[in-house]
Amino acid sequence: MSDNLDLQDKREMDAEAKEAAANAAEYEHGWSADIDTEFAEKGLTEDTVRFISAKKGEPEWMLDWRLKAFRLWEQMEEPDWAKVGYPKIDYQDAYYYAAPTKKVELDSLDDLDPEIKAVYDKLGIPLGEQEVLAGVKGAKKVAVDAVFDSVSVATTFREELRKAGVIFLSISEAIKEYPELVKKWLGKVVPQRDNYFATLNCAVFSDGTFVYVPEGVRCPMELSTYFRINAENTGQFERTLIIAEKGSYVSYLEGCTAPMRDENQLHAAVVELVAMEDAEIKYSTVQNWYPGNSEGVGGIYNFVTKRGLCQGDRSKISWTQVETGSAVTWKYPSCVLNGENSVGEFYSVAVTNNFQQADTGTKMIHNGKGSRSTIISKGISAGKSNNTYRGLVRVGVSADNVRNFTQCDSLLLGDECGAHTVPYIEVKNPGAQIEHEATTSKISEEQLFYAMQRGLDEEEAVALIVNGFAKDVLKELPMEFAVEAQKLLAISLEGSVG
Amino acid sequence: MLRIENLRAETAGKEILKGLSLEINAGEVHAIMGPNGAGKSTLAHVLGGKPGYEVTAGSVEFRGEDLFELEPHERAAAGLFLGFQYPVEIPGVSNLQFLREALNAQRKVRGEEALSGGEFLKLAKEKASLLRMDMEMLKRQVNVGFSGGEKKRAEMVQMGILSPAFAVLDETDSGLDIDALRVVGEGINAIMRGPDKGVLLITHYQRLLDVVKPDKVSVLADGRIVETGGPELAVRLENEGYDAVMAEAAA
Repeated sequence: MSDNLDLQDKREMDAEAKEAAANAAEYEHGWSADIDTEFAEKGLTEDTVRFISAKKGEPEWMLDWRLKAFRLWEQMEEPDWAKVGYPKIDYQDAYYYAAPTKKVELDSLDDLDPEIKAVYDKLGIPLGEQEVLAGVKGAKKVAVDAVFDSVSVATTFREELRKAGVIFLSISEAIKEYPELVKKWLGKVVPQRDNYFATLNCAVFSDGTFVYVPEGVRCPMELSTYFRINAENTGQFERTLIIAEKGSYVSYLEGCTAPMRDENQLHAAVVELVAMEDAEIKYSTVQNWYPGNSEGVGGIYNFVTKRGLCQGDRSKISWTQVETGSAVTWKYPSCVLNGENSVGEFYSVAVTNNFQQADTGTKMIHNGKGSRSTIISKGISAGKSNNTYRGLVRVGVSADNVRNFTQCDSLLLGDECGAHTVPYIEVKNPGAQIEHEATTSKISEEQLFYAMQRGLDEEEAVALIVNGFAKDVLKELPMEFAVEAQKLLAISLEGSVG
Repeated sequence: MLRIENLRAETAGKEILKGLSLEINAGEVHAIMGPNGAGKSTLAHVLGGKPGYEVTAGSVEFRGEDLFELEPHERAAAGLFLGFQYPVEIPGVSNLQFLREALNAQRKVRGEEALSGGEFLKLAKEKASLLRMDMEMLKRQVNVGFSGGEKKRAEMVQMGILSPAFAVLDETDSGLDIDALRVVGEGINAIMRGPDKGVLLITHYQRLLDVVKPDKVSVLADGRIVETGGPELAVRLENEGYDAVMAEAAA
């Protein structure tokens, strides 16, 4: 068979898979592939931690680090200050490790287990990446480090990145291949004892991504990872570490979807970013974990700790997130602005529908002189959901001339949902300029009728108005992600009007 | 083209339209005038399908279809355009994006191919220049920060791009200065004059009718059409006032 025919077949297969995914009833990604999974035994003890570490063939220092975290975690209490409610989690009734049994090193995604490949297709990997994967000439390059059930099974473009000096590996590989780099930074941005969920992650993290961009290098492509929970009753504990050396730049895209399940699934990821002098990291997330059904049954519990360290002068870290999934979201991507004139940004759209609960926001910790931060948060609530923005702006004593601008807008659909804004402002330096603006609005009947009179049906009209509301955030996303995110907003709000 | 028979409608428990009958044929511009509170805007809203109004009797046939069987967006796809007295703001959405999505949604319902970005842009440029509106304005957010006159001109550009078979224009002339009025009036002529088109033009003032030149003029008072005539009726209303004309009609 010629290459052309292969390409043709692949495209048809992609189209079929995409159509099938699009046709799935309530939840677009509500399916699960049948792949043999190797579990760690249920429950969480020191043995579980040792099992995970052994399974991954980790060095002694890593096991010790995990065990230290586990012992800390045993002494800690689950936090309850967020405006979310959920049944008590029995941490002894979950699995902490699952991996596909076939572990193979692949040169490209074409060599992937067809069933896993089909999963990726259903995920609707963006067109740009599909083209790259299909070898279409001139396609914009996006590297995909695909995380499937906790273990990276395929990494593309690694070679090209290596030529540029960029290290882009699963964190398991990085622990073995670059132990000094990992040791130097792991747990430095989010300390082991930071919070209950982060500490849990330290003990049992399954896999994740490691990126190192050396001095003066502009990463030649957008880096993208797809996470997916696939095994019933298995927590997902991703760990990401990105280091940008002096004067470097990297843009990282993270997208998540999860299959439909009745059990609530625990997800506690940790992301650590480090930006040195004049370095810039742009971290974009589209989060679409299974939110539970329209009755509020099932769905992912998403307890995430994301933090960036602007260590160097004039360094910059931007978080952009589109949060549409999960039954419970507890997530505050933050920036510690140590460098002089460093910049932190947080752009967020959080959508909640049905019985979803989101408590999300950011922390901007200003330690460096002249550091600046911008926070734009757009919360959209529908159904019986609750959507809370919780944000901290802290200015240290010696941080002169700090500026912060915060804007929190809430949009309500219907009258059974809630929107809450909880800003914390702690300023210890009198020279700081802090601005906070907040609005709450409802989609008006006039707006809906106006759009419908021009030809849009009710759901299209809602999608249009919501996308307009979220535009200031969506425009921060890389192009291919922005298009997906717009569709995702529309899908998430289906059935929320009328 | 549009046949309204004995239409009764109420809002918030109050009857506003009280047996209104009116027929507009293809190729006609039919002006509706009348005192405040006569039911002019209610008529426009009921035809467009705005929520909050209840039709209690009567029928409306639009291009052979029962209008009340159609959802608002289906009425739009069937060729009905409503020019709003108070155009609504949609923050964060550009006029171009709004109109492209609306037009393609209509085309989809009609079983037509969607217009590509390039095709749409060409159409938009053409219509904008017809209304002497520059493209920069179409890149701005829908009605956000527009002056009253700009909003009305934007409505006309929307009409030009969507190219409806029939337009219900609800006091499109209100809030316009003389120059803008001429631009809008000429726009209506350019877009809506044709053997297959029709216009129901709701207005308070003769001055728009000097430009648009209606084929028929009706007076709407207390929820009913009380008088129908030619363009000369509008002139009489302007000169003598509603009371005199209506008293004469009743006599």
